[in-house]
Amino acid sequence: MSALLEVSGVRKCYGDKVVLDDVSLTVEPHDVICLIGSSGSGKSTLLRCLNLLEDIDDGVIRFEGAEISDPRVDARDVRKRIGMVFQAYNLFPHLTVLDNCTLAPRRVHGVRRAEAEDRARSLLERFGLADQAAKHPDKLSGGQQQRAALVRAMCTHPTLLLLDEITAALDPELVGEVLEIVRAEAERGMTMVLATHEMAFARDVATQVCFLDQGRILEQGPPAEIFSNPREERTRQFLRRVL
Amino acid sequence: MSTLGWTPSERELERARVRRSIKRRGVLIASAATIAVLGLLVVGLVASPGWDRFRETFLSWPDAKESFPDIARGFWLNVKMFLVAEPLILLLGGAVAIVRSTISPLLTPLRLLAVLYTDFFRGVPTILVVFLFAFGVPALRLQGVPTDLAVLGTAALVLSYGAYVAEVIRAGIESVHPSQVASAEALGLSRGQAMRFVVLPQGVRRVVPPLMNDFVSLQKDTALVGAVGVFESLFAAQDYGNFNFNYTPYLVTAAFFVALTIPLARFTDWMGRRMMERERGS
Repeated sequence: MSALLEVSGVRKCYGDKVVLDDVSLTVEPHDVICLIGSSGSGKSTLLRCLNLLEDIDDGVIRFEGAEISDPRVDARDVRKRIGMVFQAYNLFPHLTVLDNCTLAPRRVHGVRRAEAEDRARSLLERFGLADQAAKHPDKLSGGQQQRAALVRAMCTHPTLLLLDEITAALDPELVGEVLEIVRAEAERGMTMVLATHEMAFARDVATQVCFLDQGRILEQGPPAEIFSNPREERTRQFLRRVL
Repeated sequence: MSTLGWTPSERELERARVRRSIKRRGVLIASAATIAVLGLLVVGLVASPGWDRFRETFLSWPDAKESFPDIARGFWLNVKMFLVAEPLILLLGGAVAIVRSTISPLLTPLRLLAVLYTDFFRGVPTILVVFLFAFGVPALRLQGVPTDLAVLGTAALVLSYGAYVAEVIRAGIESVHPSQVASAEALGLSRGQAMRFVVLPQGVRRVVPPLMNDFVSLQKDTALVGAVGVFESLFAAQDYGNFNFNYTPYLVTAAFFVALTIPLARFTDWMGRRMMERERGS
């Protein structure tokens, strides 16, 4: 059986600046891959390349057995199968939480309203937001908004979830409630690639940790190995600063 | 890090070829669609039953040449009216918008006046305001008030457009998030200073496109002043047409207005783009 996602030799530049340099990564079903590294190391760019929000400048990305980095591939068709959650939540302020969650299922996937709402409500309940469904996003706390954004991403049954530093904009006391449900989804078998600054979380939940430095994956392996016995000096320096 | 030491892979080269061919196809489709639509329009026009008559009365080259100097002279008056009116409208509209955004209880009568003003002048047709000014103001026989119809017509345009522009600017002011005022006040700025240095610059910037829309509209509406007998370009065209039974001067006038508004529209686009590039994060 082939991997769910295969990234090989990916390169991305903005003008003269090389943001991703020969990045390769394999994601098997039920993997939880944590991307760590300082700001500007390319974590977010890599995630944006994976769901085709950015065009890559070299390399190949294969998803569910087909190359998606081909310009002829319909990006919307790929994004239907990949969920993404952003650092700043990016919920639509003019829609209620429930409508945020049912927008894509109804308009993109053609799910009937009642069915989409059932799915959204059951997810909202699982994430502790059952009584927030009718409210508008800005009435919610940051942690609640980010959980709602997770529900929105999962309402379309994605086979892969990309999480871009989803706790970076939250108060420390709200980080826990969001990570808790990410952990629960990981245990349910959701495949995820996430950029994070939460080392304790990465150590606990990740199946693989990748350390990015200046656009390269410098070191990659199971968390036990990376955190207790890093091979590279750069990794050691980074971990000393954040742990 | 630099781009040195990197040669694109075979796959990337092929991908670049595919991207280029997709782009080429896009250009081709765009050109074909444009030519087809324009062609249909021209055919539709030329094939219309009255085309020959139309050409005689609306597309006569000698009449265009003959009416050109008068229309050009008239158009210069349009341009002058517009150039005088525009800054006045901005000042008036800005002042009214700011007054409507104040909260001081002392300014309540002023606020009320501003609301009445916008309600009245947005409600009354512009051409009616022009009539009221051109015929009503001289009838009052006030000392020191000009009786020149072009001046009175311009005043009417200023008052009419000032009301529209005030509402546009007010929308801009209200679109600035309250946290901006809070952070200005936290720095010790007064309400007036916060308005002047923080809120207005952001708010006005956001409404530049609709403001420009109003100004393009104003350029055209200077022709309304022709209705009270001011010899601007439309009146000049009408004058020639009534005398010579030929309507070509109308098209000449239209060409003058279009020649003025198109550069302004492009300028607005360019300004908006530059502003966005400067302020948007990468």
